Amino acid sequence: MEEGVVNEILQGPLRDVFDSAQLLTDVSGSGNNWAVGHLTYGSAYRDQIVDKLRKAAEHCDCLQCFFLIHSMGGGTGSGLGTRVLGLLEEEFPEVCRIVTSIYPSAEDDVITSPYNSVLAMRELTEHADCVLPVENQSMVDIVNKIKLMSHGAKLGSMIRRDSTVISGQGGLSGPEKPFDAMNNIMANLLLNITSSARFEGSLNMDLNEIAMNLVPFPRLHYLVPSLTPLYTLADVSVPTRRLDQMFSDAFSKDHQLIRADPKHSLYLACALMVRGNVQVSDLRRNIERLRPSLPFVSWNQEGWKTGLCSVPPVGHTHSLLALANNTCVKPTFMELRERFTKLYRKKAHLHHYLHVEGMEQSFFSEAITSLSSLIEEYHQLDSTKARLIPDAPRLSIAR
Amino acid sequence: MSIVTVQLGQCGNQVGQELFDIICSDAVEGQRKTYSTCSCERFFRQSSHGELTARAVLIDMEPKVISHSMTKAAKSGRWRYGEHSHFSQKQGSGNNWANGFCVHGPRHRDVVEELVRQEVECCDRLAGFMPIMSVAGGTGSGVGTYVTQCLRDIYPTSFILNHLTWPYGTGEVIVQNYNSVLTLAHLYQLSDAIVVHENDTVHRICSQLLNIKHISFSDINRVIAHQLGSVLQPALSADSHRVYSRNPVGELVSSLVCHPEYKLLGVCTIPNMPSSSIAYSTFSWPGLLKHLRQMLISNSKMEEGIDWQVRPPSGSGWPRNPTGGGSFNTSLANLLILRGKDVYSAETGGFEDPALYTSWLLPEQALTMWKSPVSFNKYEKSATLVSNSQALLRPLDDMVGKAWNMFASRAYMHQYIKFGISEEDFLDSFTSLEQVISSYSQLC
Repeated sequence: MEEGVVNEILQGPLRDVFDSAQLLTDVSGSGNNWAVGHLTYGSAYRDQIVDKLRKAAEHCDCLQCFFLIHSMGGGTGSGLGTRVLGLLEEEFPEVCRIVTSIYPSAEDDVITSPYNSVLAMRELTEHADCVLPVENQSMVDIVNKIKLMSHGAKLGSMIRRDSTVISGQGGLSGPEKPFDAMNNIMANLLLNITSSARFEGSLNMDLNEIAMNLVPFPRLHYLVPSLTPLYTLADVSVPTRRLDQMFSDAFSKDHQLIRADPKHSLYLACALMVRGNVQVSDLRRNIERLRPSLPFVSWNQEGWKTGLCSVPPVGHTHSLLALANNTCVKPTFMELRERFTKLYRKKAHLHHYLHVEGMEQSFFSEAITSLSSLIEEYHQLDSTKARLIPDAPRLSIAR
Repeated sequence: MSIVTVQLGQCGNQVGQELFDIICSDAVEGQRKTYSTCSCERFFRQSSHGELTARAVLIDMEPKVISHSMTKAAKSGRWRYGEHSHFSQKQGSGNNWANGFCVHGPRHRDVVEELVRQEVECCDRLAGFMPIMSVAGGTGSGVGTYVTQCLRDIYPTSFILNHLTWPYGTGEVIVQNYNSVLTLAHLYQLSDAIVVHENDTVHRICSQLLNIKHISFSDINRVIAHQLGSVLQPALSADSHRVYSRNPVGELVSSLVCHPEYKLLGVCTIPNMPSSSIAYSTFSWPGLLKHLRQMLISNSKMEEGIDWQVRPPSGSGWPRNPTGGGSFNTSLANLLILRGKDVYSAETGGFEDPALYTSWLLPEQALTMWKSPVSFNKYEKSATLVSNSQALLRPLDDMVGKAWNMFASRAYMHQYIKFGISEEDFLDSFTSLEQVISSYSQLC
């Protein structure tokens, strides 16, 4: 809803990739206000948005899914973004909606980001098929880790510069701008998810399979992504050990894209999307190896979805993207709820929202209720973790 | 007599391509003329220039695998798939049986029926249909079941032999157990016989017998294709009077599936060796048959690690106590296929032992034997056993158990319900399979 970013793209090396008729900008932005994005601009531009969506959909032989990419803390991405999500559900109910959301970190510079995030979360819980939450802080940590490895590394563990997940290798732009490194991580995430749909492999995994396998209950669709490897060592010996290390890393908390520790929470389901020269025996070996240390919910003890794509990403020989439906998102949501409550209790900044036409206090109360019940659902599942759940008694056949 | 193969989904198309490859090279390489002719007629259409086109219809809901299989076939230079014998869509079935069975199947019914009809018309005589698919995914399982249903409707008097690949126990697809349960329950009513291969078992064959270090799905598929090929290639049965059997599928079904409640067939072959070692090994029929017999009764799928302690129950006469919990594998019926040198001198008495079988059939009815003096796929001597026994009971039981546990928490139900399958349908499928499990457990 402001022109700067879109204009920059249009002047950059990708200007020919985007169809200028499919762009929508306004002048003044949303002022970091979810209500302005969702309600004011949402209503004003509704018809134009639907129109452009239809146009894009018409060009497709077979529309499989929509990717929504936005942040939760601002006004446009968060507010207008979730309005668009609702429109997608209305206009294209059969098409899968996968949302990649950047969650604000605690030290976010936008004061009202908790409000925006919680209001947006409600929309995501109701209208998205899958959400991949990503936290800025985790990406900052990963970027720092990579920079540490590339600058302070000892001999023998030098990394190939062009192979880091932040290098944007294969991309078109030149000098790095701030946030570029972090955005590259996100870009790699999206590339890996779609790789099996774009390239061939011995065990293909389409986008609608992700939603099918990883979402056992409709509201619990928050999938924690983790991407490995972050870089390739310049020394190419010992390939197999590196392969196994890649699998172990995918489950360590340093590689998760939100600040969470999945190994100590409960897995509902997990998907492993492997790219490159990896065979099914390597996959099976690593699953067997890692299984005992990962707590899975009782009714899904072998809850693995696997995909093998033969084409590796640029600069690597193989890579792994793990998507986990895990109760470790609960602390993230609880923290979000706390930050929200801190502001809401004092009614801080509330008037900015309530002044927007169509906005009412009930939006806030409903949003926080939705978040609380989501947290409760995850909590219920968590509580089954330690308990030994007996197998359900089978049907008995009379003879 | 010709078999029309229907390849469904990624697994079906990959396995099918390997199967035709093995059959073609086995048929074409310096074999006796009658064997070659019979095999080619069974599986291929021949053009006037001698080009072989597989009698197959390839179906998938996304295009990549079919085009890969067709290209691979054409590259072999010896055979190819019919240019128009395939049908694909763009979007896949999302690993959802309901999506395959309720949406894609009916939507594309006419096209698929037409493709099958065209293949059938090219056959002088139709031996039967062989749909090849996996049970874990969405297309193979869902669309595969729907297509089997259509075949049954349109060709009520033809034999339908389904080949299924069961997934790894530790998971390839999270909802694989749901998809498997729904598939098996439906196929039980539609199919004449269900031949099963399990990825876990084939994987072990690859690693322990074939010594493959980095096992890929191609390796797995090639073993499955070898085993299936050894069943379907021409052979002489007892009453075929020195002519290769004209009705292989019918004979297989009638000798093994004597009761509609018992349709699950397992396959083992012996020997399995890395191809580089075959030329340096010698085999003897007594050795091969002894191992194969013990593999049958101890329910071992490989010639390594056989439990030689397991013996048939020694109680004389019937009725015997059910040994559902014991380690002895009771057979209902067996089909033993011997191929290669000196096949007529092989001593197979061990397989006629009444102690191996239930009491329902006389041993001479329970055991059927096919022989072929022609060696198969480079093995000088090889033996295949297709058996209707308790061998698949444990994997089936595990599969149903896991699916039931998941069902108890209603996980993923909303994904199936939105395409038209209800909880009732699930319960019906569970009930049918519990019945099958109970029947097989009671075999004695």
